[in-house]
Amino acid sequence: MAHIVIDRDRCKGCYFCIEFCPRNIIKISGEHNRIGYFPAEFVEEERERCTGCKTCAVMCPDTAIEVYK
Amino acid sequence: MNAVFKRPDNLKDTNTHFCPGCTHGIAHRLIAEAMDELGIADRTIGIPGVGCCVFLYNYFPIDVLEAPHGRAPACATGMKRAQPDRVIFAYQGDGDMAAIGTSEIIHAANRGENITVFFVNNSVYGMTGGQMAPTTLLGQQTTTSPYGRDFKSEGYPIKMAEMLATLEGVAYSTRVALHSPKHVNQAKKAIRKAFEMQINEMGFSMVEMLSTCNTNWRVSPLDALKMLEREMIPYYPLGVFKERTGKDFL
Amino acid sequence: MTEKKLTKGNIALAEGAIQAGCRFYFGYPITPQNDIPEYLARNLPKNGGTFIPAESEIASINMVMGASASGKRAMTSSSGPGISLMQEGISYLAGSEMPAVIVNIMRCGPGLGGIAPTQGDYNQAVHGGGHGDYRNIVLAPGSVQEMFDLTIKAFELADRYRNPTMIIADAMIGQFQEPCRLTPEKPVEFPEKPWALTGRRGRDPRLLKSLYLGDYEQEEHNLFLKKKYDEIQENEVMVEMQNLDDAELIIIAFGTPARVAKTAISLARAEGLKVGLIRPITLFPFPFREIYEHSGRAKNVLVVEMNTGQMVRDVRIAAHKDAAIHFYGRPGGGFPFPDDVLDEIKKALGGGAR
Repeated sequence: MAHIVIDRDRCKGCYFCIEFCPRNIIKISGEHNRIGYFPAEFVEEERERCTGCKTCAVMCPDTAIEVYK
Repeated sequence: MNAVFKRPDNLKDTNTHFCPGCTHGIAHRLIAEAMDELGIADRTIGIPGVGCCVFLYNYFPIDVLEAPHGRAPACATGMKRAQPDRVIFAYQGDGDMAAIGTSEIIHAANRGENITVFFVNNSVYGMTGGQMAPTTLLGQQTTTSPYGRDFKSEGYPIKMAEMLATLEGVAYSTRVALHSPKHVNQAKKAIRKAFEMQINEMGFSMVEMLSTCNTNWRVSPLDALKMLEREMIPYYPLGVFKERTGKDFL
Repeated sequence: MTEKKLTKGNIALAEGAIQAGCRFYFGYPITPQNDIPEYLARNLPKNGGTFIPAESEIASINMVMGASASGKRAMTSSSGPGISLMQEGISYLAGSEMPAVIVNIMRCGPGLGGIAPTQGDYNQAVHGGGHGDYRNIVLAPGSVQEMFDLTIKAFELADRYRNPTMIIADAMIGQFQEPCRLTPEKPVEFPEKPWALTGRRGRDPRLLKSLYLGDYEQEEHNLFLKKKYDEIQENEVMVEMQNLDDAELIIIAFGTPARVAKTAISLARAEGLKVGLIRPITLFPFPFREIYEHSGRAKNVLVVEMNTGQMVRDVRIAAHKDAAIHFYGRPGGGFPFPDDVLDEIKKALGGGAR
C-alpha cells in the first residue's frame, strides 16, 4: 500500500506535513533527531490509510519525505 | 511499489541552512524539479543574490556565480549575452531585488533580457535579522520599523511583479505563493513556464513567490503560513500580470 | 614600414580592445571618455561583439562580471565618479578571481570635480578603492600608442592572473591625437580558462564566489591572493628609464607629466644639468627595485604628478634612504609646463628636499 518515508535527520520540525496530511497519519516524534528537532513521524499503525497523495512531500521545505505507491 | 515522490536529481542531498518552515526550501525544490523535467541543468547557470539566497550553490549541482547584492540581473545580462544558448537564472530576496537592486532589475527587464528571475518575497530582510524591506507591509513591525511601517515616513510596500509587467521587454511576470499545497503546485507551474519562456527566447521572465520568514516574523512556521494568507495576499494579489504568447515584439 | 594613423588616445584604446579579442563592452557615459563607448557601439557589432549602454556604472561592472565569468574578454570604462561606483564590483572580481579590464580616463575630483585632466585617481587605482585585501593590476599609458598596446597587454594580464586590471590615463592622453600603429606588435595571447561557467555538461559543476565563512578559509584565500600579487610584482614590472647613468636628479612621473619631463630634461641637459627619468608604466606592480637602485646613485628625486601627492608616497617607500625626494604637483586641471619643471629641477639641485 501507499506509504511515506521521512528522513528523520533532515526534518527540522516545521510540521507542515502534519498540518496538511488529509488523513492525519503523521505525528510528532517523541525523540529528537541528530540536529536537535523533534521530527515528524509517519504513524506506521495507520499505514493502510495512506493514499500516496504526496501532499506532505510537496509541503516539506527540506525534501525530507519520499512517497511510495 | 514505486517511488512517486523523491528528491529531484538537481537538488543536493544535504541539510539546508534555512530555518525550520522557511519556504525558500520549497522554492529551491520546485526549481530543481523544473530543471529535471526540462532537462536543462547541464546548460544552466544560477546567480544568487546576497541574503539567505546566497547559499544556492550548496543546493543545486550546477555552475553558479555569486553576484554582489542586488546585481544578479546585471550579471545575468552579461552572462546571457555571452552565452545566449545557456539557461541563466537569478534568485533574489527582498533587499536584493526591491531595495538595492531596483535599478538592475528594472533595466534588465526593460531590455527584455532573455533571463529568468526568481523573487522570494517574505516582506523582510531575512539573513540580517528581520529589518524592514521595501516589501514590508504597512503596520508590520520589524527591527527597523519597530512602531510598525508608516507610509508617511517609510512609504508603501512595492509591488514588483505588477511594476515589471508594465515594461515592454517583459514576457512573463507572475506572483505565486508557497503557503499551501494548491499554491505550491501553482508555483511549480509558474516556474516551469518561466524557464520555458527563456528556452523559447520570448524575453524576460519573473516569478515572485510570496514566502514566509517565521523566524523574523516571530511566529511558528505554521502560523507564518496563516499570516501569509491573511496579510500578504490581500496586498500582493496572486496572478499573471504579463504573459506574452507570441514573439510579437519582433 | 608599419602603417600609422593619426588617432585619438581614447580611440586607440578602444581599437586595442577589439584587437585584443574583447567582444563585450558595458558602460555609462561620462566626460572625458565617451569616445570609448561610442567607438565600441559602432565597431563591436561589426566584429560580432556586444555593446550595451548600461543604466549605471554599477550595472556596467556587474555585466562585465557576468561576461567574464562566462570566459569572455569584457571591459568597461569611466572616469573618477563612475569608477567610485564600480568599487564593489571590482572587489568581487578580485575576490572571485575573475579577469576584467576597467579603464579610467581621469578627470578632476573629488566629487563632481571638473573635466580637465588630472592624475588624482592614482590612490584609488593602486591602493584599493574597493574593500578587502586585494590589488588591481594598474597600467599607465603615456602616449596614444601605449593606449593601444597596453590595452592588449591589460587583457592578457587580466586573463593570466585572473584579476581586474585597470588602465588609468589622464584626460589629455585620452583626448589628444598622435600617429599610432593600430595592429598588435605580436600575436595576442589567450590563456585557457578552465574555471569558466559554461554549464556543467561533461564535467563537474563550477563555482565562482568570494564568500568564505569556514574556519580560516578566508585567511587562506587572502594569503593565496597575496602570493599571486607577489608573483605579479616579481614578474610584470614595466618601466621606461632614460639618461640615468650619470643622473644627479631623477624625475619620476607617469602619463602626461612624464612627457613634459622629457622636454624639461632636454632643456636641463642643454644647461649642463644631469637629469634622468624613470617612468613607471605599471603602477602595480611598482618599479621598487629600479627606483631604489638609481635613486641611491643619483641622490635627488623629483616626483611630478598632476595631483597633490599620490605616487610620491610610493616613491618615498621605494627610494634609497640617501635620496632627497622633491615633489611638484599640479592638481585640479593645473598643468606642469616644461619651464615649471625646469625651475623645480633647479630648485632641487640647488637646495634641499621639500
